[in-house]
Amino acid sequence: MTLRLDGVSRIVGGQVHIHPTTLELQNGTMNVLLGPTLAGKTTLMRIMAGLDVPDTGRILWNDKDVTGMRVQDRKVAMVYQQFINYPSMSVYENIASPMKLMGQSASQIKTRVHEVADMLKLTPMLDRKPLELSGGQQQRCALARALVKNAGLVLLDEPLANLDYKLREELRQEIPRIFEESGSIFVYATTEPEEALLLGGNVATLSEGRITQFGPTPRVYRHPVDTITARVFSDPPMNFVDLRKDANGMSFGGGAVVAVPDTLRDLPDGRYTAGFRPNHITLNPREGAQPLEFDTKLAVTEITGSETFLHLDHHGERWVGLVHGVRDLKQGQGLKVYVDPAHLYIFAPDGALVATAPYAEAA
Amino acid sequence: MSDTSLQAPGAGTIPGKVTASRKGTRTRRRFRPNGSALVMGLYLLFLMLPIYWLVNMSLKTNAEILGAFSLWPRELTFANYTKILTDASWYMGYVNSLIYVVMNTVISLAVALPAAYAFSRYSFMGDKHLFFWLLTNRMAPPAVFALPFFQLYSSVGLFDTHIAVALAHTLFNVPLAVWILEGFMRGVPREIDETAYIDGYSFGRFFVRIFMPLVASGIGVTAFFCFMFSWVELLLSRTLTSVDAKPIAATMTRTVSASGLDWGVLAAAGVLTIVPGALVIYFVRNYIAKGFALGRV
Repeated sequence: MTLRLDGVSRIVGGQVHIHPTTLELQNGTMNVLLGPTLAGKTTLMRIMAGLDVPDTGRILWNDKDVTGMRVQDRKVAMVYQQFINYPSMSVYENIASPMKLMGQSASQIKTRVHEVADMLKLTPMLDRKPLELSGGQQQRCALARALVKNAGLVLLDEPLANLDYKLREELRQEIPRIFEESGSIFVYATTEPEEALLLGGNVATLSEGRITQFGPTPRVYRHPVDTITARVFSDPPMNFVDLRKDANGMSFGGGAVVAVPDTLRDLPDGRYTAGFRPNHITLNPREGAQPLEFDTKLAVTEITGSETFLHLDHHGERWVGLVHGVRDLKQGQGLKVYVDPAHLYIFAPDGALVATAPYAEAA
Repeated sequence: MSDTSLQAPGAGTIPGKVTASRKGTRTRRRFRPNGSALVMGLYLLFLMLPIYWLVNMSLKTNAEILGAFSLWPRELTFANYTKILTDASWYMGYVNSLIYVVMNTVISLAVALPAAYAFSRYSFMGDKHLFFWLLTNRMAPPAVFALPFFQLYSSVGLFDTHIAVALAHTLFNVPLAVWILEGFMRGVPREIDETAYIDGYSFGRFFVRIFMPLVASGIGVTAFFCFMFSWVELLLSRTLTSVDAKPIAATMTRTVSASGLDWGVLAAAGVLTIVPGALVIYFVRNYIAKGFALGRV
């Protein structure tokens, strides 16, 4: 079973929400739609569900065109960011309602509901109304309703965004396990790169209504095809700096000319954009390495406990660095930071990837 | 550690012996009238006075009503009520009123529910204008429509029927009902509709099984407003009826007999007219404020 979007686009009120998109999702896979808010994740999901009709293109379900089919006739399930349950029904009736509508027998429904409720730890709350539950339990109820249906396509639209941190961690671990056995296609929208990496499977990075890259999650993370993907799939976003290479050596942004490191020796002369992730900035270079040195000014530090975010100013460019431990640094002070050339991605001026960082190639 | 060391800093500097004078304050307070209770008391007194006087009159004989001033019935009598409940020309007034009021409420709700749903969920050409235009029907006094309705209903043979009054009142109730219900429906997230469709609910089933329970309080408040308007409206209901569908309010205005006004019976009829309204208000008392704000609280 496959779900194929074939040149699907959506335009609302003259504004393009989804540029023509072609995407094929395989059965039994977890597919993460990753992108900032307004990137078009929800719109794309609504098109997949059949809640919105695409302006162009077709949706093929097992090679059958389902573009104009009613939502009720498709075998899909959807969980929203908001906790959507039927407030007037008990949790049991909520979970049972899709099965009832499919005309299954009462005993069948009972076994299945209890099975799913057990899996989602809802058994003690079956007699309660959804609004009497905590946020996490309400969302689990919505997940249970999506699960009992055995739908071929399960859409999860930022299901954990409205939960507090601890519940989110808990459910995030449970979701892949819960859905693993069902063998359906899962589509999971999120704004957090971290969540995409934790869920594994495939990832499609979205930006301004365009899918910039689709592939296995670790591969997309390591080999972003362009600067947009790299920016979307990195939290905090990837740092970029202009790179100029000529016969004398190379210079970064407004910095001085330095010797070309071994890893970039093969790069033809010219102008590029270099990118590196915040966690690859270090304050102390490793022994034996020949790191690039940057003179920066510290704008702000954010201390989260085990980590410190450094907001750096490198000749007018804003970078973010992520270093371990709590650092006692003064705002406005000059700071020498180091980046291993092995961590450098090289992009062409138009954004396309020229050379993957050697560390990612090795992994 | 002594007791004084536990005092808050500066506590000892408060002028006057605070603790010693407490007893005196307490005794004085007992005689001080409570301002808010007084105002509320007066308010309730003025509010209840006409109703009390009505009940008072309904339990007196005509002779006593027209005689000396008395705060409560000296000769308690239920004869006025007995007359209303046994005389068909009286109690049929209530029956007629209730019939067309219930008819009107049912019709108004049946029409307004789908309309309000459409206004709250879909955007279509001119929806905002239409929504506002609905209210213009309420901008004219009912008297304006008395003549056209009378002529129209007479010519199609609906004169003096319950449905005639019920239909005439829907002209005023449907717009209000749509406005109130739309406010309540807007408060229900659209995602619930979509989830229901995804789960496989057809529109009709979703509307009745899931959506209507969610706006139940709104439906209750709307029914109340429809009921109230129709129940108290006199002009149209009197114009459009003569005998068979004559409402109680019309009956009450036509009780001048040869022996003059029957004060006691009229008062008893008044009391009985208040009862249904009071009952309905009791059932929707928790949602009325939201209803007056057209569900937009």
